[in-house]
Amino acid sequence: MSETVTAAGVRAWLLAFADAVAAHRDELTELDAAIGDADHGTNMDRGMRAVADRLTDDPGGPAALCKLVGMTLISTVGGAAGPLYGTFFLELGKAAGERTELGVADWAAAFQAGVDGVQRRGKAEAGDKTMLDALLPAAAALRAAGGGDALLDEALLAAAEAAARGMKATVPLVARKGRASYLGERSAGHQDPGATSSWLLLETAAGAMGGSASGAERAAGAMGGGTAAAHDAGAAPA
Amino acid sequence: MKKLINRPEDAVREALEGVALAHPGRLTVHLDPHYIVRADAPVLGKVALVSGGGSGHEPMHGGFVGPGMLDAACPGEVFTSPTPDQMLAATQAVDGGAGVLHIVKNYTGDVMNFEMAAELARDAGATVEQVVIDDDVAVRDSLYTAGRRGVGATVLAEKICGAAAEQGRSLADVAALCHRVNTEARSMGMALTSCTVPMAGKPTFTLTDAQMEIGIGIHGEPGREQRAVAPVHEIVALLAQAVVEDLPFAPGDEVLAFVNGMGATPLMELHIVFRELHRFLDERGIAVKRCLVGPYMTALDMAGCSLTLLRLDDELTALWDAPVDTSGLRWGA
Repeated sequence: MSETVTAAGVRAWLLAFADAVAAHRDELTELDAAIGDADHGTNMDRGMRAVADRLTDDPGGPAALCKLVGMTLISTVGGAAGPLYGTFFLELGKAAGERTELGVADWAAAFQAGVDGVQRRGKAEAGDKTMLDALLPAAAALRAAGGGDALLDEALLAAAEAAARGMKATVPLVARKGRASYLGERSAGHQDPGATSSWLLLETAAGAMGGSASGAERAAGAMGGGTAAAHDAGAAPA
Repeated sequence: MKKLINRPEDAVREALEGVALAHPGRLTVHLDPHYIVRADAPVLGKVALVSGGGSGHEPMHGGFVGPGMLDAACPGEVFTSPTPDQMLAATQAVDGGAGVLHIVKNYTGDVMNFEMAAELARDAGATVEQVVIDDDVAVRDSLYTAGRRGVGATVLAEKICGAAAEQGRSLADVAALCHRVNTEARSMGMALTSCTVPMAGKPTFTLTDAQMEIGIGIHGEPGREQRAVAPVHEIVALLAQAVVEDLPFAPGDEVLAFVNGMGATPLMELHIVFRELHRFLDERGIAVKRCLVGPYMTALDMAGCSLTLLRLDDELTALWDAPVDTSGLRWGA
């Protein structure tokens, strides 16, 4: 466990996120089938596999790593998730700058820049039932931690927990952006797949960079719960 | 899942390889990244038309590449928007110096990826305009949705704008024409069955033998409501009424009527639908001046259809009638 975010930490995070996406590919796709077009898991898995393949090269510091990830996702994922996650990592990398390690406050600021990028690209707001419903509370939790004297592991754990709450809170929401918005009221009762993959992003950050070593396992447990809840709700005619 | 697919992850590439083998001399198919261009691209001095979208809607868009229609098409993964690097490569490959028009269907991913591609292409010195097609009346166009989806009008816009570009019109003219087709066209679709996305391996949604989905999108995304199946004339009335009311089309209007198959509906049924549509429009004093009947914008193996009406004037009619020579649409050439 480290007190700062380093290139090695970011690399470990990305590999853990790639593993988590692969492990939950089918659940993400099922969530998407309920309110979208049944491709979120396969698209994210294709993109993160490409990222994992390219991580064998040595791209340098956290900023260069994030840029590599952003460009890879933009050119391999497609759909809405490609530009959105791609923009997240590009802006995160830009904000990280030339630093080789980032403390909690710097990381919180960089993460917020990434989330701002997602918001500009997707033009969504909190409560629209999108990935921002997990990312915005996570960014706020990181900033709050960065403003105090929280250690990195505490900050990342708080962010993951905020993302989990945000993800679960998408279940009753009516979608206002993306393909789910075509459903109108029928989108209520389903957990948003984008918010779910964003929560995996935060959960694996806590596991890989914050030292909550069982991050992936915790991810597996919570993911199963979220999916089951969505199915239960979906079984009743909305 | 029972399909003529070797491995789901190879389906798009293997289909493109088949397209290349089927149309040598007409198309050039690039595999890294994926895009299809007409074999004689770039056509110097002509506005180039580029479209693209998820795969699974064939013949749209690759089947509409050729003289009189598109210069390039960018196929994404199944039902997934293509990526900016594909669109950038296609744009640069067909740019004949008169500018490039991107015809974009209104889906969140398509719009974002084409926006990024246009930013990249402009940074590299290209002149690019984009027109977003959003003709599906099944979706409420409001602040609370992603807006209307782009469906059948896309095919008509690609044909009509392709003819205008072939006549040597300017980029601004062709873009304005594309906007006009979008403004004058309305569509709505329905499904009898779901489709199966190969990578998912099972149907996206379920309908019993007694149910249909009204207002379906072309990716199996649900529409307005599920209802009990009904006689064809009732289904057509349901769709056509929504389409006619929305523009609205009025007695005395002349239209192009497009009955599109979703992929698994036989041409026989599509003609039965067209017969009912023709009757419906006759009764309301709307004259069917041109028509198109067939599977042109499909949703993999979904059964169902969509109806599109485009209000015609002499200019649009002449451009529709102009020669076109693509694998998906061909006349006069």
